[in-house]
Amino acid sequence: MTLVWPQPKTWNGKELPRILTRLFDVENGHTLAVAKQHGAYSTISKTLFDKSQFEIIQTVIESGLRGRGGAGFPTGMKWSFVPRNTGKPVYLVINADEGEPGTFKDRLCLTRDPHLLIEGMINTGYALGVRTAYVYIRGEMLPQIRALNDAIQEAYNAGLLGENIQGSGYSLDIYVHRGAGAYICGEETALINSLEGFKGQPRLKPPFPAVSGAFAAPTVVNNVETIMAVPYIVQHGAKAYRQWGTDKSPGSKLFSISGDVHKQGVYEVPLGMKYADFFDLAGGLKGEILGCIPGGSSAPVLDAKESMEATMDYECLAALKSMLGSGAVTPFNTTRDPVTILESIARFYAHESCGQCTPCREGTGYVNRILQKVAAGQGRDGDIELMKDLAESYEWTTICAFAPGAAWPVLSFIKKFRSHFDAYLAKNPQHAAGRDLKSLTPAAFM
Amino acid sequence: MSTNDQPAAPAKPVLAQPAAPGKPAAPSDQTAIIAKRWRAKRGSLIMALHEVQETYGYVPRDVALKLAPQIGVPVARIYEVLTFYNYFKTSAPGKFVVSVCTGTACHLKGSGDILANFSAQLGCKEGESTTDKLWHLQGVRCIGCCGIAPAVIVNGKVFGKLKPADVGDVIDKVLTADAAAAKV
Repeated sequence: MTLVWPQPKTWNGKELPRILTRLFDVENGHTLAVAKQHGAYSTISKTLFDKSQFEIIQTVIESGLRGRGGAGFPTGMKWSFVPRNTGKPVYLVINADEGEPGTFKDRLCLTRDPHLLIEGMINTGYALGVRTAYVYIRGEMLPQIRALNDAIQEAYNAGLLGENIQGSGYSLDIYVHRGAGAYICGEETALINSLEGFKGQPRLKPPFPAVSGAFAAPTVVNNVETIMAVPYIVQHGAKAYRQWGTDKSPGSKLFSISGDVHKQGVYEVPLGMKYADFFDLAGGLKGEILGCIPGGSSAPVLDAKESMEATMDYECLAALKSMLGSGAVTPFNTTRDPVTILESIARFYAHESCGQCTPCREGTGYVNRILQKVAAGQGRDGDIELMKDLAESYEWTTICAFAPGAAWPVLSFIKKFRSHFDAYLAKNPQHAAGRDLKSLTPAAFM
Repeated sequence: MSTNDQPAAPAKPVLAQPAAPGKPAAPSDQTAIIAKRWRAKRGSLIMALHEVQETYGYVPRDVALKLAPQIGVPVARIYEVLTFYNYFKTSAPGKFVVSVCTGTACHLKGSGDILANFSAQLGCKEGESTTDKLWHLQGVRCIGCCGIAPAVIVNGKVFGKLKPADVGDVIDKVLTADAAAAKV
């Protein structure tokens, strides 16, 4: 029996990659017995242990694998920053705090194929000399936490975790740590603070986690999907991984598509595919496209033309001044209202700002309150310019990348859909009277 | 810092179901058990607080005060963490917690109207509980159910692809399921 999963086996006569999704449609693929029948843990053998740590890191560098959590940093390079022989342990921390609005890939990975993550963690842990690894998982994801804990227990029972894995001499323990409802904890240094039991506010870098992270020891933080690609690369080599994707964005990636398409869901596609083709793969667009958020809510929005011409790789989106981000694709049609979409995004960022840096804490709040006024038909001339000013003021003036991520949707929605905002202002008979800034203070909204 | 201060095997998954409201629990015993389980493990305050919340449905003040010395963490740090993280509650929620997703995908598909309808039908505002403490209504950030937007979670059960008119049905379903569970 197969599980419900919308991705077809072939598309336009070509096979789609199944590096990360091999077990997504296999019943009980989350159990060790079934996963093993499909080749799980085949790298936990001479394939891995006959190679040196250096060779594995080199292979991952050559594969061109990049971080799939959002920033797209080259994974092998991140690993190569870890200093050796410092006398401190090296920690591997898996970022499973998936919370970027529109993203729902990691949660599916954790329920459908948790053993691939564990196998990837053993591969990575061996390459980096890790004895203790953590999975930091979003606290609300109860089914995923259960699935992962069950899989870890199965792996321990089968001698795939713990002391002397499969007689290799390599030992690894994995601990699951729950988050507690804070978007900011997806930022790696905030995640580390949270892992240590503190409130999850980001740390100023440097020092980078690779040098001084969890418990002041060298720490590598990688996304779930990133680590799930590692066993394939270790087993088949960098060249095999590069059969998919583009030269600079090799391999496959998971994309979560929601919004105005017929078959929303998680798909694994080669990087470099056109968004237009991806919409077709996902059952086709509903209605006439107005725009698309190409990589999660903080990725600058694309207008209709850009959406249909862009390709799904890091370089194309960077050229369009947007980003691939977490791979959350949300196209929306002409029946949707960009102003209230931005209002909903701005409310989210105002709520989730951790409060550490003043420009972000105050700026996101003011933008949110201006948008509430505008959306309620109480906008005044100058409000749009004021939002732009505020967003630019917090874009690059804070400790972490949250503030730029909160600024980009504001700046891009205003740039691409200005006429919609102006139409809202025109709804207010007093729009020309100008704005009294006191009307925007938090107290004015109580 | 060595890795030896971690036990060899992972802690047993702690996923106790929330205690049913009204079910008596002895705070001091329960707190001692939780403190003992997590005291020696570095960075485990959040895990300990999860267990408290799973036991009581929220983190009662007296439990937090008792937990602090037993786990070796100042009360101020416990409250720093409790108030930073959105998941932790410091007062008892309603029996049925309705979480309406306000993420981008759900917003597109009309979560605003869903929230408004719940508010009207339950007679309480977002972020508040009904006077009989039976229902608590909250808007929450993206819950990762974007594929079945707009989505609502009531006590862990997900309702997807809702229309504003379905709100009454959801309320009925929750009450019916609860009545059926009470009979067993």
